[in-house]
Amino acid sequence: MMRLRQLCRDFQVGDQVVHALDHVDLEIRSGEYISVMGASGSGKSTLLNILGLLDRATSGTYTLNGADVSTLDDNALAEQRQENIGFIFQSFHLIPRLTAVENVELPMLLSGTPVAVRRERAQEVLEAVGLGARFDHRPDQLSGGERQRVAIGRAIVMKPSLLLADEPTGNLDSRSSTEVVEIIEQLNDDGISLMVVTHDPDLGERARRHLFMRDGKIISDDGDAA
Amino acid sequence: MLLRDVFRFTGRSVLAHRMRSILTSLGIGIGVAAVVLLTSIGEGINRYIVEQFTQFGTNTIAVQPGKANTLGISAGVFNSVRPLSLQDAEALLRAPYVLHSVPAVSGSASVEARGRERNVNVFSVGPEFDQAFRFRVSRGTFLPHDDLERPRAVVVLGSTVYEELYGNENPLNDRVRIGGERYRVIGVMESKGDMLGIDLDDTVYIPAASGLTMFDREGLHEIDILYDDGANVNEVIAGIERILVARHGGEDFTIISQQQMLDVLGSIINVLTIGVGALGGISLLVGGVGIFTIMTIAVRERTGEIGLLRAVGAERSRILQLFLGEAVLLACLGGLGGLCAGVGIIAIVNITIPAMPASIAIEYVGLALGIAVLIGLVAGVLPARRAAAMEPLEALRTE
Ligand SMILES: Nc1ncnc2c1ncn2[C@@H]1O[C@H](COP(=O)(O)OP(=O)(O)OP(=O)(O)O)[C@@H](O)[C@H]1O
Ligand SMILES: [Mg+2]
Repeated sequence: MMRLRQLCRDFQVGDQVVHALDHVDLEIRSGEYISVMGASGSGKSTLLNILGLLDRATSGTYTLNGADVSTLDDNALAEQRQENIGFIFQSFHLIPRLTAVENVELPMLLSGTPVAVRRERAQEVLEAVGLGARFDHRPDQLSGGERQRVAIGRAIVMKPSLLLADEPTGNLDSRSSTEVVEIIEQLNDDGISLMVVTHDPDLGERARRHLFMRDGKIISDDGDAA
Repeated sequence: MLLRDVFRFTGRSVLAHRMRSILTSLGIGIGVAAVVLLTSIGEGINRYIVEQFTQFGTNTIAVQPGKANTLGISAGVFNSVRPLSLQDAEALLRAPYVLHSVPAVSGSASVEARGRERNVNVFSVGPEFDQAFRFRVSRGTFLPHDDLERPRAVVVLGSTVYEELYGNENPLNDRVRIGGERYRVIGVMESKGDMLGIDLDDTVYIPAASGLTMFDREGLHEIDILYDDGANVNEVIAGIERILVARHGGEDFTIISQQQMLDVLGSIINVLTIGVGALGGISLLVGGVGIFTIMTIAVRERTGEIGLLRAVGAERSRILQLFLGEAVLLACLGGLGGLCAGVGIIAIVNITIPAMPASIAIEYVGLALGIAVLIGLVAGVLPARRAAAMEPLEALRTE
C-alpha cells in the first residue's frame, strides 16, 4: 500500500546538510499497527510527514497505492491528504473559535460536503470517540484528553486508510493517554492502518510492528519479513 | 468547499475578534460615510441651483452690455461701449423665434405710502416681464404697453410690499413715493418667493424708462429674451446678434443663454463634488491600510491554523480565498456601516434643517461601496498570498 525506496530527506542548515532521512526503505501494508521510536532528532517526525504527504523527499521514491507521489502537484497532494490520510498531532491543532463538532467537520467542509450530511457524520464520529455530550464545546472548554479525542475525530471523519500520530499522548496525563490510545487502537482493529511516533516505550510496545530509528536510518524493523 | 461555507467560515473569523473587526472596518466606514455625506450635499446644492435657475423656464437668454473677453473682464470698462437701449430691446422682438423681449434695470429704493416707509428692490422692466417669467398679478394689472421713452408713472407692488404698506386695504390707484418720485399703484403681484437670495415679493415693478431715470443710468442692465420652446438656441442667438451688431456697429454686448449658465454652473459643482469625494477617498485609503495591517497580523497569528487546513486538504487557492474573503468582508462591513451612517445623517439633516439642501447621489454611493470592496481586495491580497504561499509543514510547526 505504501512503499519507500532509497528515500532521502536532506535539510540545508547554513552550509551544513542534515540527512533527516538517509536512504530509507520501508513497506507498509494496509491494516498494520506500527510504532516508530528513536532518539530525538533521529528522523521520526520527518518520516511521518513524508508518508503523510506534508513533506517531499529529496531523492528516492514513495509509492502510495501504486502511484509515485513525486509526480503529484500541490493540489493533488492536498486531495490525497484529504481522502487517504488522517493526522493526529501532539499539540492537537484545533481551531479555537470553532466548536468540537465544527472542528471535526472541517475536512468535510473543505471537501464540499453539504451541511446536513457532514453534521450527522461528525456527531457519529464524536460519539465514537466518547464525546457525545461535548458537541458544542469550544476547545478552551475541553480537557487535553478531550481535545485530542476531537482531533482524532477530525482525523478519521473522512474515513482515511492511514492514520498518522506524532506523539499523540505527548501532552496528556496517563489516564487521558490510555483513553486516546485505546481509541486509536480500536480504529486500527476496524481496519485503518496506524503509525504512531512515540517516546513512550510502553506505548511503542503495544504496536504489532516496531521501527527504531537513528540518524535518519531505520536500524531495526521487526515486521519487515512478514 | 461550498460557497455558503466560505462565507460562513470567513464570517466566523471576523466575528471571533468582534472589537478588532469593528475598529478595522471603522476606517472604511468613515470614508464611505464622508463620501456619501459630502457628495450628497454637493448634489443637493446642484439641484437647488438648477431649480432656482429654471423656475422661470429654461428657454431664456440674457443680453448684457459689454463684451466679456477671455480674461473675463468686461471690455466695456475700458472701451466706449454703446449701452443697451430701450430701442434695442424693442428691436430684438423682430429676431426669429423671440416671443418676449424685456428691458431691465434694477436697484433698490425706499417706498413711502400711507405714512409708512420701506426699503425694497426695484425692478424696472418692460411690460412683458410678467409673461416672460410666468408671473401673475393678484389684483389690478401689470405694467401697460406705454410710450417707450415717457411711460406713465405707475407701479406694481410685490406681495410683501403690499402687505407691509397696506395691510388688507385696497391699494389700487393710491399714490406712493419711490425714490422721491410719485407713482400710481396699478397692481399687486402674487407671492413668488426667492430667486438666488432676492426676495421677489419685497420688490416693486416700475417701467424700464423710469428706472433709467431713477438710477441715473445711460443704458439697461440687461435685456431678457424669451424664445419659442421648439427653437434651436443657437439660431435664436444668431438672430439676436445680427440685429444688435447692425444697430451698434460692432459686437459690444454679451449673450448668455440659460442653458450655457446651467452648463457652467453644473461643471463647477461637479468639480467641487469630485474634489470633496476625493477627500473621502483618502479616508478610504487609510481604512485600506488598517485592513492590510490587521490581515497581516491575522495571518501571523493563525499560521498553525493555515498549516492544519492544508493538512486536511485545503489547496493554496482555498487559503487565498478565505483570507481575501475576510479582508473583503471587513471592507464591506465598513462600507455598509458607513453607508447607513451617511444616509441616516442626511435623513436627519433633511428633517431637522429643511433649508439645507442634501440629496443622496446614488452613483457616488455605488462608487464608494465598489471602492470599499476593491480596497478590501487590494489590502487583503498581500497577506492572503503570504498565507497561501506557506508550506503546510512549516506552518504546522509554528507555534
Ligand atoms: N525544517 C527543518 N529544517 C532544518 N532541519 C530540520 C527541519 N526539520 C527537521 N530537521 C532536522 O532533521 C532531523 C530529524 O528531525 P525530526 O523532527 O524528524 O526528528 P524526530 O525524530 O521527530 O525528533 P523528536 O523526537 O525530537 O521529535 C533533526 O536533526 C532536525 O534538526
Ligand atoms: Mg518529532
